[in-house]
Amino acid sequence: MTEFLQYTLQGLAAGGFYALAALGLAVIFGVLGVVNFSHGACYMLGAMVAALLLQHFDLGFWPALVIVPVIMFFFGVLVERLLVQWLLRLDPLYNFLLTFGLTLLTVDVMKRQFGVSSLKYQVPAGLEGRFTIGSVDLSVYQLFAAAFAVVICLAVWMILTKTRVGMIVRAATEDAERSRALGINVARWVTPVFGFGIALAGLAGVLAAPYRAINADMGSNFIIILFAIVVIGGLGSILGAVVAGFLVGLVEAYGQGYYGQLSQVLIFVLMAAVVLIRPAGLFGREEVA
Amino acid sequence: MRHTRMISLAAMVASSGLVLTACGSAGGGPASGGDSKLSDDKVVLGLLNDQSGVYKDLSGPNSKVAIEMAIADYKAKYGDDAVAKNIEIVMADHQNKPDIANTKAQEMYDRDKADIILDVPTSSAALAVATQAKAKKKLHINVGAATTALTGKSCNKYTFHWAYDTYMLANGTGTVLVGEGGKNWSIVYPDYAFGQDMTKSFTAAVEKGGGTVQQSIATPFPNDNFATFITKAESSKPDVIGIMAAGGDLVNFVKQYNQAGLQGKTTLAVGLMFITDIHTLGVEQFAGTTFTDAWYWNMDAESKAWADKFKEKTNTRPSFAHAGNYSAALQYLEAIQEAGTDGSDDVVAKLEGKKVNDVFLRNGEIRAGDHRVLHDAYLVKVKDKANVKEEWDYEEIIKTIPAAEAFNPTVSADCKM
Repeated sequence: MTEFLQYTLQGLAAGGFYALAALGLAVIFGVLGVVNFSHGACYMLGAMVAALLLQHFDLGFWPALVIVPVIMFFFGVLVERLLVQWLLRLDPLYNFLLTFGLTLLTVDVMKRQFGVSSLKYQVPAGLEGRFTIGSVDLSVYQLFAAAFAVVICLAVWMILTKTRVGMIVRAATEDAERSRALGINVARWVTPVFGFGIALAGLAGVLAAPYRAINADMGSNFIIILFAIVVIGGLGSILGAVVAGFLVGLVEAYGQGYYGQLSQVLIFVLMAAVVLIRPAGLFGREEVA
Repeated sequence: MRHTRMISLAAMVASSGLVLTACGSAGGGPASGGDSKLSDDKVVLGLLNDQSGVYKDLSGPNSKVAIEMAIADYKAKYGDDAVAKNIEIVMADHQNKPDIANTKAQEMYDRDKADIILDVPTSSAALAVATQAKAKKKLHINVGAATTALTGKSCNKYTFHWAYDTYMLANGTGTVLVGEGGKNWSIVYPDYAFGQDMTKSFTAAVEKGGGTVQQSIATPFPNDNFATFITKAESSKPDVIGIMAAGGDLVNFVKQYNQAGLQGKTTLAVGLMFITDIHTLGVEQFAGTTFTDAWYWNMDAESKAWADKFKEKTNTRPSFAHAGNYSAALQYLEAIQEAGTDGSDDVVAKLEGKKVNDVFLRNGEIRAGDHRVLHDAYLVKVKDKANVKEEWDYEEIIKTIPAAEAFNPTVSADCKM
């Protein structure tokens, strides 16, 4: 029983992080209809930029938590303005290929510049050590990362559903033509939303920096899990991404605990099962998917 | 469907470019002449290793500097009496890929007239070069690769294994740690050839020393999240947790191990680790970790003096691979000196069975039966940050493993020269 509780706790902690990482992917798909393959690369860039800020400007974890998403936001805006916007009217496959190419390019540029060894990063002061409740325990940092991720997810959900800005963004994606007729400048909202999604990927990268290897390849495996999460949750559904993030975290932890090398396979078994039963994902709407 | 087709088209275009480059660069070399005992009137040392990837820092371009130091020392020692007066180095990047290593080795032996190829990290690449060495009857002294197959079923007359192998790593860390009281082990390993081999060697070594491996936990490869694997490894309350991952996975594991609060509580033994790993990730992450090293730059005055000279030229400290390449090049040139020629068979005859002591090899012996070079190895512990006095001052030697015990004492039955 202790074992089970321990795995559950670890699964939930990992899940919080997955939810945040998948959130940007869901937002971008929900609003722009773009399947952003470069999300893993942007996550990697976030972690790399955090490590470089530390190395060259002595800016640690806390400032990075603010600076990196801002940098990544502008990176996203640049990518959207220069590249993504031209393909928005075509088949979504075109933007998928574009972002796939962008990923290859980004990863290779980073490899060339910084090599393949991992960059240094430390757990921020105050978040070291372990947190014990009864017979189970968790690293303080893991707990922090999960709680932080949940807060961000909630905030994003509130912005999109409860504020005027959120309403405009949603209206613009539901029916661009009619929104325009009502005097909403749709194009004005598409770019910041893309930047925002990329900023979230960067933020996940910063959160990962203290406890994962920081190198050009770190996003390459991660993106596959993120895709599994958004497919399980329902493409474009924010609530879906969050729930599926936790679900995948739990499945992975139980897998690691009980079935060893099957832990990653189980995630995709879950994905296959969900797609068979609900093709649009747990929280996806058929018309969106 | 459409996009898979596009990707395969792109891949085809890219690979055909590669083939064209490879074909275009093949060509003839000058014919040999004169009455020198040297083929082509010169000795050509080929350095084939990773110049752009994960082992670049471990060996890479700085090994060329190490080989140049060996050439300088040889010339200084023999002056006008040197048999090899004209010595050249050719260098290439094998990108850790066996197919590229194979092509580059052929180019080196045939076009560049290399008499020997040195280094070659990555086991699969090393085995490809050993096969070429056998076919071309030219030497290969391997420094950077770990596989015991080089002195096992792939052994041959022209291939030598100079620095370390998986038996040395497992035996050093496994057997010795058990002797120091680390009886109960949990091993975590990535579930592919390297991880499985290392686990097998470590389990044998731990059991030989009288310890037990309570559990071996297979993990997917590659893997980012080790949290639950770590909990599981710890659950049997082992004295030692052994991790057989390398590269990014090793970094992931160690970071998460430290965050689980285990650093310093349970001994962490790393199957394969290089000083460059400690340098890139920071000594604090690895503090207290135990592993087996083939050589350490600050282990005594002789090594330190050599490392100082190396630092003047490269502005960094040498890894065991740099010192190993120096040693291999130097002993090769010494063998030419003794033989009076660079003919492969004569040089091999001089190397076989030779007892050697130099900066790198301590109590060294080139075993004739399988060309395994036996020498002292070192069980080391990574220092705490507080004890680090200068950059690269990372290792504390806790035990010198004598040459006779460090490597497999028997020649593998699979080795037919």
